[in-house]
Amino acid sequence: MSAVLGHALSAAPLGMTALDGGEAGTGEAVLFWVLGPIMVLAALGLLFARKAVHAAMSVVVVMISLAFLYVAQDAVFLGVVQVVVYTGAVMMLFLFVLMLVGVDASDSLVETIRGQRWIGVLAGVGLGVVLAGVVGRATYGPAQGLDAANEASNPVAIAHVVFGEYVLAFEVVGALLVTAALGALVYTHRTRLVPRVGQKERADARVAAGAHPVSLPAPGVYARHNAMDVPALGPDGRPIDDSVPRVLRVRGQEADAAEFAARTERVQAGRLAGTRFASSDPATGDGPTPPPAADPDGARVNVPDLDAAVSDSGQHGPSTGPRGVAGQEDQA
Amino acid sequence: MTLQLAVDGTTAVAADFSNDNFWIWLLKAVAIVVFLLTSVLFAIWFERKVVARMQVRPGPNVHGPFGLLQSLADAMKLLFKEDVTVKAADKLVYIVAPMIAVFCSLLTFAVIPFGPSVSMFGIVTPLQLTDFPVAVLYILACASVGVYGIVLGGWSSGSTYPLLGSVRSTAQVISYELAMGLSLVSVFILAGSMSTSQIVSSQTQVWWFLPLLPAFVLYIVSMVGETNRLPFDLPEAEGELVSGYMTEYSSMKFAWFFLAEYINMLNVSAVATTLFLGGWRAPFIPADHFLQQGWWPVLWFLAKLWALMFVFVWIRGSVLRFRYDQFMKLGWKVLIPAALVWVVCVAVVQGVRQFSGLELRTLLFVLAGIVVLGLLVSFAIPERKKSAEPPQPSGRQPFDPYAGGYPVPPLPGQTLPPSPRKQRAAQAASTDVPQVTQEVHGG
Repeated sequence: MSAVLGHALSAAPLGMTALDGGEAGTGEAVLFWVLGPIMVLAALGLLFARKAVHAAMSVVVVMISLAFLYVAQDAVFLGVVQVVVYTGAVMMLFLFVLMLVGVDASDSLVETIRGQRWIGVLAGVGLGVVLAGVVGRATYGPAQGLDAANEASNPVAIAHVVFGEYVLAFEVVGALLVTAALGALVYTHRTRLVPRVGQKERADARVAAGAHPVSLPAPGVYARHNAMDVPALGPDGRPIDDSVPRVLRVRGQEADAAEFAARTERVQAGRLAGTRFASSDPATGDGPTPPPAADPDGARVNVPDLDAAVSDSGQHGPSTGPRGVAGQEDQA
Repeated sequence: MTLQLAVDGTTAVAADFSNDNFWIWLLKAVAIVVFLLTSVLFAIWFERKVVARMQVRPGPNVHGPFGLLQSLADAMKLLFKEDVTVKAADKLVYIVAPMIAVFCSLLTFAVIPFGPSVSMFGIVTPLQLTDFPVAVLYILACASVGVYGIVLGGWSSGSTYPLLGSVRSTAQVISYELAMGLSLVSVFILAGSMSTSQIVSSQTQVWWFLPLLPAFVLYIVSMVGETNRLPFDLPEAEGELVSGYMTEYSSMKFAWFFLAEYINMLNVSAVATTLFLGGWRAPFIPADHFLQQGWWPVLWFLAKLWALMFVFVWIRGSVLRFRYDQFMKLGWKVLIPAALVWVVCVAVVQGVRQFSGLELRTLLFVLAGIVVLGLLVSFAIPERKKSAEPPQPSGRQPFDPYAGGYPVPPLPGQTLPPSPRKQRAAQAASTDVPQVTQEVHGG
């Protein structure tokens, strides 16, 4: 289908060349009667669409259809530039502003300059009168025909006209556009009163205010549970509050770590009872147990041999819980 | 090196399509669509495999030989998934957006020359669907309309992340298309045409990426920005926006966005090949050699195309994503001014050549002289004195483990105080020497 459209684009100048007498060829007529209603509908859509983005889309449809008509009339350059500049850049900017401002924002109708509206109307009418006068008095030479005009290809012919006959007007329009852009810059310019606060400054401020310098600990991982709401256990066996997302803590949806740790330990205990160890002192209570004291000789202290028996969570917090196997560490 | 100038030539388009009939057109069109779709399947496999090798893992290797059928399986999976239309969506726009993206991405290859004229069923026709005097502008137009797919898709999803993605995409397109267009202008100036076949035929002696190296670099950067690929994939940055404009899309509609992205990669690579890398020409082989005629050039074209695709993957595998403001700064403060300056330079050189009839060699020597002179003058200008910095204190420094508020490692010249554990060990070894050590935070 892509190719068909490309074909249409290319075939237009070849096959549907407008006749020199002024009447259109069949292909061009068909194209016009197909695109015409679409364009009228889209133009009405601009007026009656509720949502601003739909109105913008209607304009895009009109622009692209217009580009097709230009191409059909041998103005290939104009047609393509119409799409690149107006559809691709100007309407895109419109959309950008629509989305940035918020699609539902309503216009402010307060006049900041008094009488601005009437001056605007007057200026518009004046421009219309001038244009009508110019167009009415314009005289055209005899038609040359498109083949003669586009002899050295369409873009080259346009370049000759724009940069030859109308070079002054072209430059004046260029200067006008640059002035407008500069004016917009001046309007939006603000002198900076306070030093700029960048990413680095913000990070410094956060750290200076005592923020956690590294990432927060992850939630707990236990034999049968690893959800976000279960706090991890610290090396001292106490649950770390920070490991549960703040939102859950604020809502009070934090789970009780002791319960899950206890389950883990029951699993460990069961395994161990079947193998080598028997839990000797099961009733140590809820209180946290101290971490194992380091053996000066560097030997392994009291660490039960769990290699394949349980998940690795056992190494982090094996010793809390109501009926934990906490006594193991105290065995000499 | 004599660069030819085709401005005066009356033929705006080098390729001759006069023999084409409807069947040839249809054949070429279908061939292009089939080529694009299969290339996308291959490109996904290619990307996953290459990135995997760069990360020292095998990549997809289960389905088919070398895992080649993996992307086919993925496509099938997407096809059969449930097609969800979110409740908050603006229905019509939501459905049309992926179509716009895919449709516009399919248009570009219509004007890309795969090779010179060949004989198809007895009809001599160029290996290119069509060409016209503003073909490259047409490519830019298709690309800019294609972005509407992304923008509308993000907006119509009625959700925050997609909207943010589409706003980013709009800004990105406006800024990077300018740089892209400006970088192409210097090719137009030298080739004297905007038709793709004419640009390829103007590269018989030298490929434009050599004399126009700055423009080529600008194009390569902006083409990555244009296709939303890493390091410029801000509209779909998964660390920030879930997956940006396509977050709310599923099944086939998602697959269309995916398809459009990969076809766009092929598009910009093909444009770079055609405009800068000599199109279908092979290097170092004379133009009348049999390797430069008939169907052989398709091979050279594809080789260049896939070399550029490899560059895409390579960049993805090695560069981190830009922050949004850095990205905009790069576009507006580096790429566009550089492209403008380069276009003015090329235009001046070309103008001087054309209107004064100066030999290119003389002109280049004069330019080289000016550059050397400028360099010499810059040596003569005394360097600005740097503001007096406080002299670096020498000798052993006390170590502040929280210098500037952050936990920091020791600098050269500083040593960590011995760790508490080591100290306890030392104490245990010789209990008669008590030591007082400074507590180290986080040590």
